[in-house]
Amino acid sequence: MSDEPLHRRLGLADDEHGRICETLGRDPRPAELAMYGAMWSEHCSYKSSKIHLRTLPTEGSAVLVGPGEDAGAVDVGDGMAAVFKMESHSHPSAIEPYQGAATGVGGIVRDIVSMGARPVALLDPLVFGPLTEARNRWLLEGVVAGIGGYGNCIGVPTVGGEIRFAEPHSANPTVDVMCVGLAEADALVTATSLTPHVGSFMVLYGATTGRDGIGGVSVLASATLDDSSEESRPSVQIGDPFAEKLLIEASLELIERGLLEGLQDLGGAGITCAVSESATRAGMGAVLDLDAVPLREPGMQAFEILTSESQERMLALVHPSNLDDVRSVCERWGLQIAVIAELVEGGTLTVTHDGDLVAEVPAVSLVDEGPVYDRPQEAPASVDIVADDPTFLPYEGDTLQSLQAVLAAPNVASKRWVWQQYDSLVQGQTLAGAGGDAAVVRLPGTMRALALSTDGKGRYGALDPYLGAMHAVAESARNVAVTGARPLAITNCLNFGNPERPVVMWQFAESIRGIRDACLAFDTPVTGGNVSFYNESADSAIWPTPVIGMLGLLEDHRLRVPSGFPRAGLAVYVLGETFPELGGSEFAEVAFGVVAGRPPALDLAKERALHSLLVDAARADVLASAHDCADGGLAIALVESAIEGGHGFAATIATDLPPHVALFSESASRAVASVAPEHEQVFSELADSHGVPAQRLGETGGPRVVFDGLFETTLAELREIYETAIPRLLGQVV
Amino acid sequence: MMAAAPRIGVITFPGSLDDRDAIRAVGTMGGEGVALWHAEPDLRGVDAVILPGGFSYGDYLRCGAIAGHAPILDAVRAFAERGGPVLGICNGFQILCEAGLLPGALIRNASLRFICRDVFVRAETSQTPVTCELVAGEIVEIPVKHGEGQFVATPEQLRAIEEHGLVVFRYVGAGGEVNDAANPNGSLDNIAGVRNEAGNVVGLMPHPEHAVDPDLGPTGGQSLFASLLASVLAGASG
Repeated sequence: MSDEPLHRRLGLADDEHGRICETLGRDPRPAELAMYGAMWSEHCSYKSSKIHLRTLPTEGSAVLVGPGEDAGAVDVGDGMAAVFKMESHSHPSAIEPYQGAATGVGGIVRDIVSMGARPVALLDPLVFGPLTEARNRWLLEGVVAGIGGYGNCIGVPTVGGEIRFAEPHSANPTVDVMCVGLAEADALVTATSLTPHVGSFMVLYGATTGRDGIGGVSVLASATLDDSSEESRPSVQIGDPFAEKLLIEASLELIERGLLEGLQDLGGAGITCAVSESATRAGMGAVLDLDAVPLREPGMQAFEILTSESQERMLALVHPSNLDDVRSVCERWGLQIAVIAELVEGGTLTVTHDGDLVAEVPAVSLVDEGPVYDRPQEAPASVDIVADDPTFLPYEGDTLQSLQAVLAAPNVASKRWVWQQYDSLVQGQTLAGAGGDAAVVRLPGTMRALALSTDGKGRYGALDPYLGAMHAVAESARNVAVTGARPLAITNCLNFGNPERPVVMWQFAESIRGIRDACLAFDTPVTGGNVSFYNESADSAIWPTPVIGMLGLLEDHRLRVPSGFPRAGLAVYVLGETFPELGGSEFAEVAFGVVAGRPPALDLAKERALHSLLVDAARADVLASAHDCADGGLAIALVESAIEGGHGFAATIATDLPPHVALFSESASRAVASVAPEHEQVFSELADSHGVPAQRLGETGGPRVVFDGLFETTLAELREIYETAIPRLLGQVV
Repeated sequence: MMAAAPRIGVITFPGSLDDRDAIRAVGTMGGEGVALWHAEPDLRGVDAVILPGGFSYGDYLRCGAIAGHAPILDAVRAFAERGGPVLGICNGFQILCEAGLLPGALIRNASLRFICRDVFVRAETSQTPVTCELVAGEIVEIPVKHGEGQFVATPEQLRAIEEHGLVVFRYVGAGGEVNDAANPNGSLDNIAGVRNEAGNVVGLMPHPEHAVDPDLGPTGGQSLFASLLASVLAGASG
């Protein structure tokens, strides 16, 4: 290993090394190699994904800031901008779940703050291996504790996300986190919103710089985990949420007082990234003095200071005339500041350490001139997914027992055990927290609210990545629409295996195509996102799991539609059509032990019609409840509505399909709604006018759950199964 | 003539999280929230003081331990000695215990996990500034959210607390039953809040500031803020 040339140990390929020599006209110095190694890593440069990401639709009337900035931003009315972004911290979380997840929260929050926005909501989409394995339980408990341990201490409510389980994620859990912030639209801090000057200072403030997180982007995030991964533990950063809270308050105060010419968070690739990006955005170069960086420990080498990923640091561009004011704001919040660099004319980034010149490179070559690859793709050997389809397998099981089993399936069962460990209330705007379809967060001082949902459909993606990605977008939009909110725009986190394997690259390209088609159909542009490759170990990659973060806008939060049946005596409807589609379903895994077949078809026009019906019906105030019908099918959607609202129901499923198919098919573009009798006519007319089939199934009320002609049981019994399944798997039956 | 709205100070320590929420709740209930800063030993003439929830100074030593020595705490102590109403919520409760203004201490939840959910608490006395509008035995629904909310005390302390009627709130079931199922954190005797001997200093783990707005959930916190405002007005007229 140690015989390997330095550039390879830093994660640079031979041809990339050649390219650096060409750029510099000489052999790079060691510190320079470390800088390129970090900046040209997959994590920072998007070298394998860039050409595909460019095909995504990014423009729309609501988009204020698209991809390329720290986070995207959309117009949410009244001069306000919602800023949002999703990232992964899967690799560090696989090694050190508490700190890995905690620092993921810290990083995404700083991305939002660096746009000048106050963070107002966090969502955490997670995928683990099955809880029957002890290591997966350890990972879940550690990740959830880390998210809470950090998020609960910084005053940003954690309002949603999702938790799924799949064997291929055992070695590589997927740990994504989305943050949403609010700012005055005309006060957003972007690459072009402020004008830095030659001679302006780069001021590092926040925590000190230590040896933690060195090689985070190149060693950890841009390579597959293997048996030696335990040794990567020093590459995992350690979080300090208290410092983060101070950093948030100080940063927002600095921006509000107009003291900054630019702001950048320090994340992957540390000082190297922040300084080179700040200089490039300003169209200048910089002189960086590493001796000015406050260090946590003595004796750090130049490359360590340059690439350390120590947390809770920000870099501000400050005109010399504002330096004293910046210092006094930071000191008031107990933060130390250091002038570490100065903007200079030209484009050269010069770095000195101990009085020696350690690097002298074109800043833009680090940021924008990294390699771009069109990696080979190869579809897997074709499988006959129709022959494998569980939809047509004979099934003689008892439908009540099937319902109980699907309800207890970890993907379906209540995740209350998780949500209760997150502070969902702080800031006092959470109208609906986790556990429903979308979280709904009020915009302070207005009648409006944001509806937020994250969705990944790895199960479908494994069978058909194009369809799986479309379903993820469709479900996230549906989850937003059932609350009455109009889907506006998405961010994403694209979780995949090793892009150097053609099958993985094919999965990625197919997924991008799916996101593109769905986003075009729903008019929900992509405002940014994150790619997480190399989620695989020796023998297997994770399922292709693009996770979509949808942001929707509710014009009047008083018209928000809840997901549970709110009272007795309401008519229960299913919207949309049920087809024989058990491919990739929860039922197929529970009843037959397979994830196989063709995922449900998705007609994007029908899906969009359902969204507009839901939004219009909410606006007309004719919906008492609405709930997405997805995992586990119609039966589960009905039972979840009953459990959530606390009212049973009696339903007749009129169909030609076999009962288990009618109950558990996961056909897309459906929702369960309840409607007061006096509104049924208006509701039916609305459904007709949108061309959405609405079938009346029965009525709400009473302590029982009745499926006419099939079975009946009590709501209390189903609730018990639903609520205790996860604690049981964790050995913590309540 | 209408009395001026009571001015309720809310102290921000580094790491306070629910300070803005407390100020908003005071305003919603008809008072005037006044922001106070930990480093300034001046209460700005407020009528009552709230120490809000959060993780003051990161809670790295012990919850509330460092804040218990903040400059403003001397002013709070003097204010309390003069009989001024002081309410500590969650981390604020921990701070008041660390500062010696309230008996007992708060340690990690028995589950060892953070818990955020709505709970029912029963007012055990109306003889405090935050329960004067409640009748003893009244049950209100308010959320808790904490990792270190298990109330503990020595056996002697606990006996004194119970005998002197210092328990302000107890965790109960919806029907008033005092049992383990209703106890979110393993607190001794299901204690959710206590007062000092004089009755003017109260600490509680539940968050009444997150239970005043009907759009957001239960509204059990309204009566606590109504009490605080009423007690200030009563004090002013008496």
